[in-house]
Amino acid sequence: MSSTSSTGSFPVKRGLAEMLKGGVIMDVVTPEQAKIAEDAGACAVMALERVPADIRRDGGVARMSDPDMIDGIQEAVSIPVMAKARIGHFVEAQILQALGVDFVDESEVLTPADEAHHIDKFAFTVPFVCGATNLGEALRRISEGAAMIRSKGEAGTGNVVEAVRHLRSILGDIRRIGTADSAELFDWAKKLQAPLPLIQEVAESGRLPVPIFCAGGLATPADAALAMQLGAEAVFVGSGIFKSDNPAKRARAIVEATTHFENPDILVKVSRDLGAPMTGIGMDEINQKYAERGW
Amino acid sequence: MSRRVGVLALQGAFASHRDALDACGVDTILVRHPDDLLGLDGLVIPGGESTTISNLLVSSGLLDPIRAEIDSGLPVFGTCAGMILMASKIVDGRDDQIHFDLLPMSVRRNAYGRQVDSFETDLDVAGFDVPFHAVFIRAPMIVEVDDQVEVLATYGERPVLVRLNNRFASSFHPELTDDIRIHRLFVESLSVPEHVTR
Repeated sequence: MSSTSSTGSFPVKRGLAEMLKGGVIMDVVTPEQAKIAEDAGACAVMALERVPADIRRDGGVARMSDPDMIDGIQEAVSIPVMAKARIGHFVEAQILQALGVDFVDESEVLTPADEAHHIDKFAFTVPFVCGATNLGEALRRISEGAAMIRSKGEAGTGNVVEAVRHLRSILGDIRRIGTADSAELFDWAKKLQAPLPLIQEVAESGRLPVPIFCAGGLATPADAALAMQLGAEAVFVGSGIFKSDNPAKRARAIVEATTHFENPDILVKVSRDLGAPMTGIGMDEINQKYAERGW
Repeated sequence: MSRRVGVLALQGAFASHRDALDACGVDTILVRHPDDLLGLDGLVIPGGESTTISNLLVSSGLLDPIRAEIDSGLPVFGTCAGMILMASKIVDGRDDQIHFDLLPMSVRRNAYGRQVDSFETDLDVAGFDVPFHAVFIRAPMIVEVDDQVEVLATYGERPVLVRLNNRFASSFHPELTDDIRIHRLFVESLSVPEHVTR
């Protein structure tokens, strides 16, 4: 047996993202909600004080959650627990790492702490997930050490349109880069403002170097299956579950829809009798697009 | 005739297992529905969240058909969460946690710690001339194992890769590296004629 082992390496960070594939990560604000999510088959929970719909409604500065609240959720469930830090707020991330959270989401849903810099994620043992609206943004986050990329979508709206836009942009550009010749890749790097070696890696492999998940506005089993059919490898559901009439049943339905995303018979079955979804809002009704946060 | 191996694809790292099996030259199929089990020569149960996979085994109607196939000798290779599902006993698991009782051993979930404790290391594996680079993610620990189970690798005195005839289980994730030697061991075991009898 070898005596050397290392924690916090990039393969170890990306490894947890690999384990979450095909699953649903659910926003929860209490240990009770976390139990409901785990019982429904969530592959992880995101512990936060307010779901994005409430952050949007209440306004003010949204920050990292209270450590006591995160502790309570960690004690309640055995599945991985994620938590959000503000963009650029590396001290919030240090606190979350010391709490032993399994993944940090450097999230545009919270109020940004730095308007130029994201966190240097290589400096941490805990893995990070970051949002992206296009391939350039995704590759910039990966170059900073993100082990998972998610679409930003538009959190707290119950409206999937922005998540679809972001997924199509990221995955569409990956397909286009796959057909570019080597000289064109220099231009892609300029256009996307992304490191050339990562552009070349994407061109070669036809995929991002880390898993790509979908987040931001998913509210129904059909939304989850849409994200998966478009090419997402797992989904985050925020306000969509606990702002609906029957969270336990909807959570279970979204889990099944994410696994069986290509099976219309199962999608019919799980879409029945779920009670009302969250009401949702149109993009022209909101005054702050969270997706515009991040650089 | 090429062998056909199913990868349970309810949740978790099933795509990486499929890539590793493809590299071993077998036909692979993602298993999400009872019909997907037809004609399989082996089944891989991947890592992921064991509670999630347990739930989906029930809702998909796969639980009983998989049990039936396993009881009639279908070879199985489980990694991480898959290993938990193969154990005869789960320590500190949920009451409703499903397990197939394929290997006489006790397994403790997440016993190697949270993600910040996840690690990679080189392992000496019985029969390999070069160490195997192993990635452990919130890994389960084998805390007790019956003498009839062959221990192929250990880490810190604990078994981390075990075999009983054509049933294999690992605490770590051989599908996360490009090294396919452990998948090849499983694939080679599929041609062994005498299946485990229960």
